[in-house]
Amino acid sequence: MAATATAALNRIRGSSLIDLIGLCLLALIVVWLLVQFFDDPTRFLSIAVIGVTNGAAYGLVALGYTLVYGILQLINFAHGDVFALSGLVASTIIVSVLGLDEESTVIVIVGGLLVTLAITAPVFAFVNAGIERVAYKPLRRAPRLAPLITAVGVSFIIQNVSLALYDVDYRSVPNFIPRTDAVAIGDVAIQWNKVAVILIVIPVLLVLTWFVRSTRQGKAMRAVSQDTDASAMMGIDVNRTISFTFVVAGALAAAAGLVYLLQFNMRYDTGFELGLIAFTAAVLGGIGNLTGAVLGAMVIGLVQAFNEGLDGAPGSDWTRSIVFGMLIAILVFRPQGILGERTPEGA
Amino acid sequence: MVARLLERIKTDRSAQVATGLAVLAVVYPLIVETLRDLPVVGDFVPQTSSMVVMLVTTMMALGLNVVVGYAGLLDLGYVAFYAAGAYVAGWLASQQFGQVSFHVGSTVADGLSGIHVSMWLVFALAGVFTTVVGILIGLPTLRLRGDYLAIVTLGFGEIVPQFVRNADNIGGFDLTNGTFGIAPIDSLGVGGFVFRSQDNRDDLYYWTAIALLLFTVFCCVRLRDSRLGRAWVAIREDETAAAAMGVPLMRTKTWSYAIGAFFGGVAGAFLASYRAGAFPADFYFNFSIFLLCMVILGGMGSIWGVLAGGMILGYLNIEGLATIGSKVQEAGLDFDPTKYQFGIYGFIIVVMMLFRPTGLIPERRHKIELEEGLHDTPLYDVQHEGALTDRDPSDD
Repeated sequence: MAATATAALNRIRGSSLIDLIGLCLLALIVVWLLVQFFDDPTRFLSIAVIGVTNGAAYGLVALGYTLVYGILQLINFAHGDVFALSGLVASTIIVSVLGLDEESTVIVIVGGLLVTLAITAPVFAFVNAGIERVAYKPLRRAPRLAPLITAVGVSFIIQNVSLALYDVDYRSVPNFIPRTDAVAIGDVAIQWNKVAVILIVIPVLLVLTWFVRSTRQGKAMRAVSQDTDASAMMGIDVNRTISFTFVVAGALAAAAGLVYLLQFNMRYDTGFELGLIAFTAAVLGGIGNLTGAVLGAMVIGLVQAFNEGLDGAPGSDWTRSIVFGMLIAILVFRPQGILGERTPEGA
Repeated sequence: MVARLLERIKTDRSAQVATGLAVLAVVYPLIVETLRDLPVVGDFVPQTSSMVVMLVTTMMALGLNVVVGYAGLLDLGYVAFYAAGAYVAGWLASQQFGQVSFHVGSTVADGLSGIHVSMWLVFALAGVFTTVVGILIGLPTLRLRGDYLAIVTLGFGEIVPQFVRNADNIGGFDLTNGTFGIAPIDSLGVGGFVFRSQDNRDDLYYWTAIALLLFTVFCCVRLRDSRLGRAWVAIREDETAAAAMGVPLMRTKTWSYAIGAFFGGVAGAFLASYRAGAFPADFYFNFSIFLLCMVILGGMGSIWGVLAGGMILGYLNIEGLATIGSKVQEAGLDFDPTKYQFGIYGFIIVVMMLFRPTGLIPERRHKIELEEGLHDTPLYDVQHEGALTDRDPSDD
């Protein structure tokens, strides 16, 4: 007992030092950003706009990670690949089946995109729930690393399904949403396509938060995430609740795939890279926390944009290292994330 | 000693199999041409050069097995140690640092610029260097819970390759030669004799690889039965109980990390010497998963299992899938299995985890652990701050 107490004491002492180092690092970055801001405010803000909108797109993917982690404490590696596959399928539907192009009228485009989502969301909700049923459910009582390892395997399988269906080429859709300025504040312009992303992500976040907080199913999800056995005793169908979480996450992945596709190219391995970014975002925001996931994603988007846009930053060659460096720094300095609550376990 | 060994070979069936395999392994380069001439199966017999790579990747898998199998820590960034080992070889045995000319027992010509340390010494130095890297990575991160640890190691596994790719201009200093990698790296040699292609280079490297693998197996067996090895198993099975019995968690975990890294570093340096270069394109996330797949296929914690798993997957990776692919295409089917190799490995991982989580050759203890469903309950419960986990003893 004495040894445990000493260990705990050491941990507290150690952590205050670690916190101090973390704060110093953060302060340095903030100072550097302030210098950059006063150097050229217009440029700085334009880059920030790009960062926030990219981050919002990442946020949709991060929501899927955080939902599943919240309920199963499982990092669902396959989520990123489900996202990529759904985006690729959406590109086929938009380009080959519906034949939308830039000439189509606004109503046709909006209708077409909604039809696409109406197809991909249920399909990938079903796929995601199927993955859970086949690959994760049998391992629910196994040692904790077992489902994690399986998730890595599933991720590779899905990635190769994308590879088999779409080969190694990048897919994209025409620029449906004009790149013209929607809002201009001073010299800082925000284009329509960026506004559109925010207009999609914010409502999704609000609806999801409302759903998890207020509906019966949402309450069941929270109960299961807190204590599986107790919620089963209270009459909650645990299996159904978990399946349902994967259904929601799958539908979110499909929505994210569509949103991402409207902005960027995609190919079979987009999901791996983006999945890691999104997972980092979820951890940064406080894993299990919905608002935190979107917030974290925006921070990551900003970091990425500043790194690639500002003078004196390391540049895009180092983006991946910086994102993962952040991930490691968060886990070391503040494992509960921005909005998460402190648990001794996280450290 | 010899008499006891002979006695055991006479009586013990598995000792007979092991001896047979060992003899076969040693004479392999001498009989490979005969084997490859065999009808039907001959095409599937790996060349000596493939065998060298298979043996060394198996050695890495054994190193990963120390971390994943023995201590139960999921490491998804093992490729970082491979890269570290390979680049140590690049730094200490090539013309990368042409500014200086520094020779220690090297086999290359005396006047050659760059640092040239004897390759044998480089193996040791690479091992030591990656051990230090492993400790440095481990210290801040091993406090984390299993799945967070996996993610952090994955992060390091991504950072290290990007670092070597970009570190050709650090304040004007060329550390890694960027995307081109460092080449040529010196060959092995004994005294004045260098392993050159005209002198059966592949065969000589093959026997060196066998020696390294045997050394690794020996270390793994000894570690497994040591005090440290038993501490790892204790932590893997129940961290709380292990801590209560006086096992120092951090130190023990860090050791597993460091020792796992050591083998990765030595193997990396060897492979760099064999391929005569350290190329950043080799160091990518998929390779870590490939090694993990070897461990899982063979059986986590099981030395003989990982040997088998490593050789099987190593063979598929370097020759087998291509051979199968050409056979399939000869049969008129348009399917290229090498394109989907990682899908195949992913499939193997999932199938093994679902249907035979103990692997092809299960380790006895691990089998009991998995079959009786031992819970990997951490020291604290996630949801209840500060509370020690209230586990139901009947669960265990």
